[in-house]
Amino acid sequence: MPSELPADSVGLVSPQTAHFDQPLMLACGRELPAYDLVYETYGQLNSARSNAVLICHALSGHHHAAGYHSLDERKPGWWDSAIGPGKPIDTNKFFVVCLNNIGGCNGSTGPTSINPATGKLYGGDFPVLNVIDWVHSQARLADLLGIDVWAAVIGGSLGGMQAMQWSITYPERLQHAVVIASAPKLSAQNIAFNEVARQAILSDPDYHGGQFYSHDTIPKRGLMLARMVGHITYLSDAAMGSKFGRELKTDKLNYDFHSVEFQVESYLRYQGEEFSGRFDANTYVLMTKALDYYDPAAAYEDNLSQALAQAKADFLVVSFTTDWRFSPARSREIVDALLDAKKNVSYLEVDAPQGHDAFLMPIPRYFTALRGYLNRIEL
Amino acid sequence: MRADLDIIQEWIPHGSRVLDLGCGSGELLEYLQQHKAVQGYGLEIDPDNIAECVGKGLNVIEQNLDLGLANFATNSFDVVVMTQALQAVHYPDKILEEMLRVGRECIITFPNFGHWRCRWYLSTKGRMPVSEFLPYTWYNTPNIHFCTFRDFEALCHRSQLKIIERLAVDRRHRDGKLANLWPNLLGEIGIYRVTR
Repeated sequence: MPSELPADSVGLVSPQTAHFDQPLMLACGRELPAYDLVYETYGQLNSARSNAVLICHALSGHHHAAGYHSLDERKPGWWDSAIGPGKPIDTNKFFVVCLNNIGGCNGSTGPTSINPATGKLYGGDFPVLNVIDWVHSQARLADLLGIDVWAAVIGGSLGGMQAMQWSITYPERLQHAVVIASAPKLSAQNIAFNEVARQAILSDPDYHGGQFYSHDTIPKRGLMLARMVGHITYLSDAAMGSKFGRELKTDKLNYDFHSVEFQVESYLRYQGEEFSGRFDANTYVLMTKALDYYDPAAAYEDNLSQALAQAKADFLVVSFTTDWRFSPARSREIVDALLDAKKNVSYLEVDAPQGHDAFLMPIPRYFTALRGYLNRIEL
Repeated sequence: MRADLDIIQEWIPHGSRVLDLGCGSGELLEYLQQHKAVQGYGLEIDPDNIAECVGKGLNVIEQNLDLGLANFATNSFDVVVMTQALQAVHYPDKILEEMLRVGRECIITFPNFGHWRCRWYLSTKGRMPVSEFLPYTWYNTPNIHFCTFRDFEALCHRSQLKIIERLAVDRRHRDGKLANLWPNLLGEIGIYRVTR
């Protein structure tokens, strides 16, 4: 809890809810008859409505990207280091919008919402989502806020995929796309990790086919395992090594299977435990599926340059050297396709030890470039 | 603008697509973008230079020239430029080939190691030349492949490349009549326009 709010914080913020009655047709063929989107905004929309920036969240993210909900809040929003007055995404200049995506578990319509067709919670019956569904729903939110064109759409990881999809689906509606630690589609290895995470949840006896709410339980073990697997892929070998090494929690080896012996075990269990208490298992499986399905080139004869040829935006692409979940080589695929499509693009490969998690860290080189890129945008 | 860059910009047609290998802080690209409506991209590895280019609104790609240009399609650029970087790459001959695969034409500038001052330094002191222009010691220098005008032309000849234009300048003065009379001895910087 901050005793007082830092000067470069957006300060106290409150989420808002937008309700949409117009049905949303989804890529899977089903439609959402109505839905809510929970979002936050920081800064002021200018009179020309030209300074809006959309922040797209990653797998476990949400609408609370910056500032504090109350003075009692322990930590600020998930990207507070980047968003605020004088920060790289400068709220003195930009009107920043961040929402919780459909399928989420932080207030927007998702598995924990009531399915109007049945009067019961969606649970495991929530439609399987594709990144493009989120982009369509975000466009509706933009309409509601009176934003015709985003100055920039920015996202890391799964958020970067949304930024890319925006540039393809609504080329006229954004000037810049900032794609950080992302990939043009998942590799077999990426999908494999997601499948392990999903199976951990789906095979948990407490999952009950996704209807665990009515059984008054949660698939805690499954969700915990899923997060533990995920977490391994977010950190680099070196980062784990320097953080935990082979350090023990106990003073000697116990020669059993139930003790938490290595520090890294303790850390992963803590992360899993904490996550399982705040995140919805159905949302987790939905998000991993959306990742697996993401492949904007598929609609263009598997040609990524052709897909990105639709774009009118300029691009900034950033990767991190030790990120092995979405390695620099994956970002290079995006850059090469953009070059091939004759788009304006800048690319940074930031030397950082943190692995995939680096995209959430205030690494000086990364933030300097992000700030420089956004500063020169003419509104 | 640096004397060699000022000459180069004159050689680049309005509205062309330009790739600048080792673009530094983007001085040339910025000029071309503002005055010649060029769609330019720079390749660079120095973080500060990259940040500066990004801040100027230039396209800059973090890419090590020693790993080649395989990601660029054949004939995807009108002009490929490399200023003062030839001496710093691992494979000058290969990069030259690559430049002319990716672009129709290329413009190259390099410090002339055959300049009389280098010769004088080496012959009187018997040590590798260190000057204001080339301030590095031999064991700690990015410049690993020095050449002279004649060396470069021999390479072009061997690779069957056509030299369209050649100029010799010094750092301050863009037209040295003497330098162009006897470039290998009096030219400080060589500027070449080469095609297939």
